[in-house]
Amino acid sequence: MELITPDFGFFFWMVIAFGIVFFCLAKFAFPVIGKALKTREQKIAESLENAERIHKEMQSIEAKNEELLKKAREEREAMLNEARISRDKIIEEAKEKAKDETNRLVESAKETIENERKAAMTDIKNEIANISIKVAEKILEKELSTDEAQLKYINEIIKETDNQ
Amino acid sequence: MKIWKNIITLSFLMCLLFGTQHTAMAEEQTKEEFNAGEVIIEHILDSYEWHIFTWKGHEVCLHLPIIVFSEGRGYTFSSKVFHEKDSYVTTNKKTGETITFAIPRDGKYKNKVVIVNADGTQKRPFDISITKNVFALFISCTILLVLFFLVTKAYRQRGEKAPKGLQSLFEMLIVYVRDDIARKAISEKQVDRYLPYLITVFFFIFINNLMGLIPIFPFGANITGNIAVTACLALFTFFITNLLGNKEYYKDIFNTPGVPWFLKFPLPLMPIIETVGCFTKPFVLAVRLFANITAGHIVVLGFISSIFIVAQISAAGGGAMSVFSLILVIFVDCIELLVAYIQAYVFTLLSALYFGMASKEHHH
Repeated sequence: MELITPDFGFFFWMVIAFGIVFFCLAKFAFPVIGKALKTREQKIAESLENAERIHKEMQSIEAKNEELLKKAREEREAMLNEARISRDKIIEEAKEKAKDETNRLVESAKETIENERKAAMTDIKNEIANISIKVAEKILEKELSTDEAQLKYINEIIKETDNQ
Repeated sequence: MKIWKNIITLSFLMCLLFGTQHTAMAEEQTKEEFNAGEVIIEHILDSYEWHIFTWKGHEVCLHLPIIVFSEGRGYTFSSKVFHEKDSYVTTNKKTGETITFAIPRDGKYKNKVVIVNADGTQKRPFDISITKNVFALFISCTILLVLFFLVTKAYRQRGEKAPKGLQSLFEMLIVYVRDDIARKAISEKQVDRYLPYLITVFFFIFINNLMGLIPIFPFGANITGNIAVTACLALFTFFITNLLGNKEYYKDIFNTPGVPWFLKFPLPLMPIIETVGCFTKPFVLAVRLFANITAGHIVVLGFISSIFIVAQISAAGGGAMSVFSLILVIFVDCIELLVAYIQAYVFTLLSALYFGMASKEHHH
């Protein structure tokens, strides 16, 4: 039957056509494709390896970072503590100084006041003395203006002296 | 990727539709008693012209060239000569003798070009005409080469970048053949020798299977369902297996290890069986592919023919039958899509297994 008998003409062309296709693909297409696939596969493998490596590196870096952070935190804590202490100290000192200053100021103010007062007192005393002298002068002027009065006063003094 | 999928699906659906229409038109014009068997066999077999469609009683055909050799002389003429007359007379330019060609409608050389001798006897010349199948084969080979040219270009241009479009479709299949067929069957060292053939065979069968499913011109020829094609592919596999086979392979054939001595001497039973096996393996390859693809074509045509068989009895029945048949044809075509892939896969896989067996290195 014709259906299952290979036709020579068709077979002939088939060998040629398939041969050409096979030759062209094997010669021009597959080397390019194979090479591209290979390089891509290598690249992917390399990339995966790199990714793995980078991942590990990242992990170690993270661990380092963690440590650094911890250290930094501790340092900060220490610094803060120190700062707190020194601040307290400074405040304390400032307070002390302020107190001293105040005391000194008060003291000097008191002294000044005392001096002022003393000076004022002396002035007043002098003034009073002056006024007293002037009053005494005036009184004496008036009481001893006459000779009689002078005599009388002298007598009185003598009397007094006698009595003593 | 997604666009390609859509295009492929759409083109198949459209082809199904047109295919049914096309067959329907061709059959409607012939008004004669409808002979389903003849129509189907005619499609399955080869012919010298390519009937594209019939338009208002006028056949639109592609007349392909006939190339024959007889007694050392070549004759080339268009098959159109047989469209008008039953025989074609030409003169041999050197000897001046006349020679008559004909295509008998029946007999031993039915539908084949023959030389009619003076006494009326027929002689088959050496015939390498570009028939419908040969023409379709050229088209599919061209398409295959163009597709691979585009893909190779894409690889050249894109370099190490991820594949795109057609390239990714082909890459998927190439990598599949390489990793899941070739590398599993053939040892790592030997695989590169066989890979080009395996990939070529896979794509060749797959593309021709798919083109056989598209019923419009210039597709729809029954290429992989032709025994000459499958025999040729099987012979390639046979020669590659046996020519590249190593010592161990031949030792296994002629002095099979692990077999009692009385199976080898005095009657060399095992060597005979093994040798016959060398030939049956490719033979089975050829028959399997041929039978699967031909069967698919016959089933599809059978369902379509049933429309006309019923329509001859009653027009209404034909209408109802066409809906029913169309659904079945779509169903069968979907299965044929699967078969197209599976057969390409099976042929490649078995070839790879044979290559693997012939190049295996034993470790005793």
